[in-house]
Amino acid sequence: MTSTELESGTTETRQPILKARNLVKTFGKVVGLDGVSLDLYPGEVLAIIGDNGAGKSTLIKCLTGAEVPDSGELHVSGKQVHFKRPQDARAHGIETVYQNLAVSPALDVASNLFLGREERLQGPLGKVFRVLDTKGMRRKAKEELTRLGISTLQDVTVPVENLSGGQRQAVAVARAAAFGSKVVVLDEPTAALGVRESNQVLQLVRDLRDRGLPVILISHNMPHVFDVADRIHIQRLGKCAATITPTSHSMTDAVAIMTGAATA
Amino acid sequence: MTKQQTAGPPVTGPDLAEEFLDRQTPLSRIRNVLHRYPALSPAIVLLVAVVVFGLLNDRFLRFENLSLITQQVSVVGTLAIAQTLIILTAGIDLSVGAVMILSSMVVAQLAVNNGIPAPVALLGGLVVGLAAGAANGFLVTRFRLPPFIVTLGTLNIFIALTLLYSGGSTVRGSSMPGLLTWMGSTFPVGPVRISTGVVMMLLLYVAIAFILGKTAWGRRVYAVGDDKEAARLAGIPVNRVLMSVYLAAGAVLAVGAWIQIGRTNAASPNAGVDLNLDSITAVVIGGTSLFGGRGSVWGSLLGALIVGVFRNGLSLAGLDVLFQTLAVGVLIIIAVSIDQWIRKVKS
Repeated sequence: MTSTELESGTTETRQPILKARNLVKTFGKVVGLDGVSLDLYPGEVLAIIGDNGAGKSTLIKCLTGAEVPDSGELHVSGKQVHFKRPQDARAHGIETVYQNLAVSPALDVASNLFLGREERLQGPLGKVFRVLDTKGMRRKAKEELTRLGISTLQDVTVPVENLSGGQRQAVAVARAAAFGSKVVVLDEPTAALGVRESNQVLQLVRDLRDRGLPVILISHNMPHVFDVADRIHIQRLGKCAATITPTSHSMTDAVAIMTGAATA
Repeated sequence: MTKQQTAGPPVTGPDLAEEFLDRQTPLSRIRNVLHRYPALSPAIVLLVAVVVFGLLNDRFLRFENLSLITQQVSVVGTLAIAQTLIILTAGIDLSVGAVMILSSMVVAQLAVNNGIPAPVALLGGLVVGLAAGAANGFLVTRFRLPPFIVTLGTLNIFIALTLLYSGGSTVRGSSMPGLLTWMGSTFPVGPVRISTGVVMMLLLYVAIAFILGKTAWGRRVYAVGDDKEAARLAGIPVNRVLMSVYLAAGAVLAVGAWIQIGRTNAASPNAGVDLNLDSITAVVIGGTSLFGGRGSVWGSLLGALIVGVFRNGLSLAGLDVLFQTLAVGVLIIIAVSIDQWIRKVKS
């Protein structure tokens, strides 16, 4: 007990927020995950990279409840969990921003932030007639955006389809990071964005980390990964080939490990 | 916000503020307004149509004629509510008219041939509407069939069931208990006579508009129609929402059956063949997008009124029924073109 407290400054002995051990997932004869383990510590950005078919997506899906692993263990804050649906992972504070963004274009920013967890008015109007607290949700959405330091979204009543790509990404990230979540998983957040918008999103990732929220980032973009990640988990052929840091290895090393030309 | 910008190339041209200021032309400003208020364009069309027909024929704006139009619209207007719910989820229901007729036959037969008390017979009609909605919803959610195909199938099934059940014979209003034909009775409001059926239809509009606009369920109906996958990933139980939409539509259709009995003063298995398509016409002209997630139930009321006003106005102007149908066809194509144009907002 005291020893862990004393050593809590070093990454190795801190308790991981999310811990995966020996995850295995097969699709028929295809082995998607072949015994993958992973630790995510508070306040870090963990990037997951790998070639196509290396098992990045399968790994993420197992961590976020979109797929159920055949075997292996998942722990959140030290407690073992079993995710059967994405909602189970959400209930444990693991929020995912999917590649296709998963925002509703015709609904406004506030409605998107509260999609699936709408708040009703107090009193009989809310209880009996189930009336939404639109004003309250807009106010809270504004507060939440300010808290997260997202300044590109001024007006929460604008339909999402009227926003730029970077702003939409900000809406999706804000939804994942808001309302007391513990882990944010970002799947290729910069894939469809221009240079300036990518920089905004990467800054958002850093801001989340600086607020103590750990982030898992899946990306193909090596400069982006080396820019924001604290540690990099390299997937290869369904296994974790290595976990490196941007200081210990170069981008060339990472690509070499990814393609099997080198080992860590 | 700009603290990270220093690393990138110098930003010379438009800065971030540009994202909030649109370079607007008058046309795009109109488009943005129409986009924000989908019921606005049908409202304008209705207003213009009423003025034009009023100028063409002075009988058009007489109270008895206006009252007649509302009564003519009451059945299609009610079906259009059900149709709006389905179309908002990016579906389509070809069976609304058939469900309504089946429900009206069951109500009439139960009350007249089986001697069941009128309120219970009406509940029987409600059960038929809900069962039909459940059947459509079940096929759409469980078997993942396109709503078009499902309701094309059930349309034929419901028509056949209606004929089998009724033996092809009409039940006259005069033989029914008063409650069943009550929707056809009228009462004076100032110089206008309003039918109970019209009031019922308007009450339904108020209720459904409230539910769609102010409740989480309504928000979820829009979200599911807008982007089903996004809704699922946001944790919305998509299939449950879809099922509830088909059930709600079925309940509305049962009320439509009651209004239909009052309006035609009969329950006929052969009535309402074109009501399926008329309800879609009303919804589309009302500005609700066939791609789902966009539109309002008030637009559908306006759409139903527009069709009613055109048919009535053209016939008062002495034109053949043929031209009414032609006009409705042109209206549909214009409405969908406008919808496509509005959807291109700021992209």
